[in-house]
Amino acid sequence: MDLLEYQGKQFFASYGIPVSDGAATDNVDEAVAIADRVGYPVVVKAQVHTGGRGKAGGVKLANNAEEARLHASNILGLDIKGHIVKTIWIEHASDIAEEYYASFTLDRSAKAYLGMLSAQGGVEIEAVAESNPEAIARIHINPAEGLTEEACRDWVARAKLNPAATEGAVSILMKLYTAYVEGDADLVEINPLILMPNGQVHALDAKVSLDSNALYEHPDYAQYDATQPRDEREVQAHEKGLQYVGLEGAVGVIANGAGLAMSTVDVINQVGGNAANFLDIGGGASADVMTGALEVIIHDPNVRSIFINIFGGITRGEDVANGIVEALRRVQIDAPIVIRLDGTNADEGRAILAPHLNEKLMMEPTMLDAARKAVELAAAR
Amino acid sequence: MSIFVDENTKVIYQGLTGSQGRYYGLLNKAYGTQVVGGVNPKKAGTDVEGIPVFATVAEAMAATGATASCIFIPAPGVKDAVLEAAEAGIGFIAAITEGVPAHDEAYFFNVLKRDYPNTRLLGPNCPGIISPGKCNIGITAGHIAKPGGPVGIVSRSGTLTYQALYELQQKDIGVTTCVGIGGDPVPGTSFIDCLQAFEADPETKAVMMIGEIGGTGEEEAAEFIKNHMSKPVSSYIAGVTAPPGKKMGHAGAIVSGGKGTAAAKMEALRDAGVLVGENPTEAGELMAQIVAKL
Repeated sequence: MDLLEYQGKQFFASYGIPVSDGAATDNVDEAVAIADRVGYPVVVKAQVHTGGRGKAGGVKLANNAEEARLHASNILGLDIKGHIVKTIWIEHASDIAEEYYASFTLDRSAKAYLGMLSAQGGVEIEAVAESNPEAIARIHINPAEGLTEEACRDWVARAKLNPAATEGAVSILMKLYTAYVEGDADLVEINPLILMPNGQVHALDAKVSLDSNALYEHPDYAQYDATQPRDEREVQAHEKGLQYVGLEGAVGVIANGAGLAMSTVDVINQVGGNAANFLDIGGGASADVMTGALEVIIHDPNVRSIFINIFGGITRGEDVANGIVEALRRVQIDAPIVIRLDGTNADEGRAILAPHLNEKLMMEPTMLDAARKAVELAAAR
Repeated sequence: MSIFVDENTKVIYQGLTGSQGRYYGLLNKAYGTQVVGGVNPKKAGTDVEGIPVFATVAEAMAATGATASCIFIPAPGVKDAVLEAAEAGIGFIAAITEGVPAHDEAYFFNVLKRDYPNTRLLGPNCPGIISPGKCNIGITAGHIAKPGGPVGIVSRSGTLTYQALYELQQKDIGVTTCVGIGGDPVPGTSFIDCLQAFEADPETKAVMMIGEIGGTGEEEAAEFIKNHMSKPVSSYIAGVTAPPGKKMGHAGAIVSGGKGTAAAKMEALRDAGVLVGENPTEAGELMAQIVAKL
């Protein structure tokens, strides 16, 4: 779950990490009020789930109320790489002496946490990693042991920051680590982490991604759900509790199991088509789940045909078939449907579906055949 | 033979009294697995269709001689359940539960590595393990697997595994053991762990590897295969067309920062001499060809 910058800053602040004084708003008058409160000069920043905000004109300095009003009204509603700006963050502008980079994430290969710290902040870390990898000081932390202050100091020393920044950096990194672990984050990144002329170290930006599997531990994270980037279809699917990812094609996909669903999307592509979505209905074959899935699919204006790909393991073929038949009774479907049903009691399932087959409801014996059929049907409409 | 579990494995189910634990525990027992007990502190002294329920893993082990545990406990309780089982001396833990936080997984993986190196953890978020004809722990439908080998299977995906087992059965090809390592970012058992065990198992003559986007497990496995495997391997990788940055069902199935793509995995595997199928059917056919030449 990705947080917007202002949410990330609030998240950091709750762990004692110093961030700029500021507030978020969706309207111009309030923006000016905030600017007046935090004191000029201020920075007005677009809050969207994409990078390149500055280049798109989404980050502006304002020296007085008039400029704050101008920038706020220009940035609200701005389209940044397809993301429309609904919220802006106004903060007191900081004096910057130096810019650093700091982050914690999971190194899946090492099965340990990876901390990265660099004196080259304010730029893309991937670029630094390519052109100047020695500029990034790395530390692996054993999740069973944690980060000690001693190890943190050693790490900061290796990053060769300005010595004036050492104490501030150590303090922030220890807090950032706590935020990362106790906050159940997948990623916490501060870029830039700044050294101010007065010697203070401060987080000027906040990039946070939270583990959605940990939401039950953090009820207050529910507030971040509303700002997750979802298109219309994904919003609907999310409300029904379905594992769904919107794609660009014309063949709607319903499959059981994430691997099979991914594979279905791949196979559709292989036979010359394009999937409209990824959708995993998981185990079980209930009419309710199938109905919900079909409802989401048919609300996608791009869908021209539907491929239902089910491999029954514990789930039995006749239960799947009954679920589909009942679902089709409940939902009116325009697009032709191709079913591939295999596995346990597939024959029983196919027998149940047989009398319902027509030019809108077809069955194919294999995944490849069914994919081809679905792609063919989509192209014909 | 088989790897990790066999007909002698005695399994207790942590969560046997819950609806999932009960359903699959009984299914596993009907298959022929030695299901010897369940654990639930609130229901100690009761039984599930004759299977005794104990308060703790330690008590269950003392009473039954259990060597393995299967966890069907909801995500919030999995960390404690894994650590309890390891501490009690369980040698093999299959954590089926999906939705365990990544930090919990990173934590107990490393605690086990440091403090209980003799305990093998499988999962979380996995279908379990089946040695057809001998032992089925988890949610795999046992009847779709033909016993006896010569193929071993290791997979991150549940349904694609069942598909593979089924296709091999249709071709009259047996499986020694099928290990579902699951779809999470910090799996207790890796591809390499299984490949290593299959290489050492005399009954396994070829291995099928089913992977997907996210992480570098397949690439590391490719390196291992190149340097340490004498037995032929066929593979299938799901997620070739998955968009970057989106979690595709499994918590670990995500292309992040350009890394973990299906294309990169397939290339690494082919480079190691693995036969990679472009779709599950082709992967099955490739394995049939390998078996025919054994």
